[in-house]
Amino acid sequence: MAKLILSMDGLVLKEYPLTKERTSIGRKPHNDIQIDNLAVSGEHAVIVTILNDSFLEDLGSTNGTLVNGQPIKKHFLQNNDVIELGKYKLKYLAEVGAAAAKTADFERTMVLRPKSGGAGAPAEPAVPAMSTPRPVAQPVAAQAAEVLAAATSPGMPVLDQRKVAAPSPSVSAPVAPGGAVKPQVAAIQVLTGTNAGRELELSKPLTTLGKPGVQVAVITKRPQGYFITHVEGASFPVLNGRTLDAQAHALGDHDVIELAGVKMEFYFK
Amino acid sequence: MLTTQRERTAVERSSHRSSGRHISLASALEIASCTDPGVVRSHNEDSIVSDAVMGLAVLADGMGGYNAGEVASGMATTVIASEMENSLKRLRPYDTDGASGRPYGHQLLLDHIAKANTSIYQAAQSQPQYSGMGTTLVAGLFYDNVVAFAHIGDSRAYRLRNGEFTQITKDHSLLQEQIDSGMITAEQARFSHNKNLVTRALGIDPTVDAELKQYDARPGDIYLLCSDGLNDMVPDEDIGSTLEALSANLKLAAQQLVQMANDNGGRDNVSVILVRVLRDYAAPRGLLARMLGWFK
Repeated sequence: MAKLILSMDGLVLKEYPLTKERTSIGRKPHNDIQIDNLAVSGEHAVIVTILNDSFLEDLGSTNGTLVNGQPIKKHFLQNNDVIELGKYKLKYLAEVGAAAAKTADFERTMVLRPKSGGAGAPAEPAVPAMSTPRPVAQPVAAQAAEVLAAATSPGMPVLDQRKVAAPSPSVSAPVAPGGAVKPQVAAIQVLTGTNAGRELELSKPLTTLGKPGVQVAVITKRPQGYFITHVEGASFPVLNGRTLDAQAHALGDHDVIELAGVKMEFYFK
Repeated sequence: MLTTQRERTAVERSSHRSSGRHISLASALEIASCTDPGVVRSHNEDSIVSDAVMGLAVLADGMGGYNAGEVASGMATTVIASEMENSLKRLRPYDTDGASGRPYGHQLLLDHIAKANTSIYQAAQSQPQYSGMGTTLVAGLFYDNVVAFAHIGDSRAYRLRNGEFTQITKDHSLLQEQIDSGMITAEQARFSHNKNLVTRALGIDPTVDAELKQYDARPGDIYLLCSDGLNDMVPDEDIGSTLEALSANLKLAAQQLVQMANDNGGRDNVSVILVRVLRDYAAPRGLLARMLGWFK
């Protein structure tokens, strides 16, 4: 939750979490944030908090309220705003998570009351968001067909690289949780059977391996690296000679996977 | 409502009939679900309930300050699931309600949603800390080879059938209204800043208008109910192809979808319920069919 940090001359005096819908600031003792100084009016200002948003309003104080050095009457508080009343400063810190992703505030679901919102959409100023061109997704079928055609030798495991379009820039770009490093592109090479020597690049978020109905595993590409998980079948995949359980397992360079009787090697390109 | 006469008859027969129906429905549906607070938010305001015996899946995405969102979504799922359980003991969803002329399956969904709305609204009115709380909702009831979906707000239902992944609910949101009125295209909508504004929600007004639609369900279909934390973070094509690739393992598919939302930023709570139709589940209508139903 958002909070205010009261300080004077660089000395932190107190911290106030904004728990109430209405937080009053003033010299008189009934205020939620009392600042006992003559430069502060009895009822100086108020902060109205709705969900994650806080609004500051000056209540006609004698000496006024400044935010970031500018006198204000009403102000929508943003993370790190500094409110000044006389010699006192109140620093506004938005909710930890919300501060990390500035847009998160914005995404919190809110109801647009049809009554108050007037005619809903038409009343809203037409602000078509900028339309950055996105990479065009190729049809799923085309990709699947291409891969299937390459792996239809009878008795061979089907290597089916599912088409999963790259996440659109709007969702993937700004947020790399925990500063995770983008993994290098990896590939697997089939070592045994008639498909031996075949290589499959693991460029998509999800690649399934094996024979549907017999044994299938999936390799997922995540910000942290590549992981293999059992999907279906009575037997579990074998990694470097060790049988895996139902959990996801991280893949390392030159790991050998055994699946439906076929060995393959995982490596970073 | 029912006449007393009909109600009594229904109760007398209910034990046999419902047991037959329940066994067949539980074996015709496979359900997996997963819910997670996401990467950014500290608590989970989503709430999910599913029950293969009833053929019910309910997902709610709460909103309101501090923990009020959790309270609202929790009330919605609890009220609907418990009321539905009571009602299905005495009513068959494929019978027609004499009063409204609708199948009970539809009427019960609407009635119980209205009840949940009243509960949330009254709590919000009487307790200052819950003031203004509300929730979006999507609820599916499976019976007699159909599924009825009721929804309010921007929680969605999708269907995967024969490799085709389609959204079957239409959001009650400002964005959807803008798309409908031609102000912006669906493509532009992906980059809009207004994603979070819903035009309908449960619990904010004394009455609520849920949108209800019925679809034929076929063996092999996979239905996805999700909160906006999934579809805002993961493009529809990726959700569809993930479901298809992992359809053999529904539980894994549910976890994978949540993980993808989190890997892409996880800026909101994310919840998914997956329902797979394993086989035909036509309601046993004749006496013989009903008797056979007991042995299924």
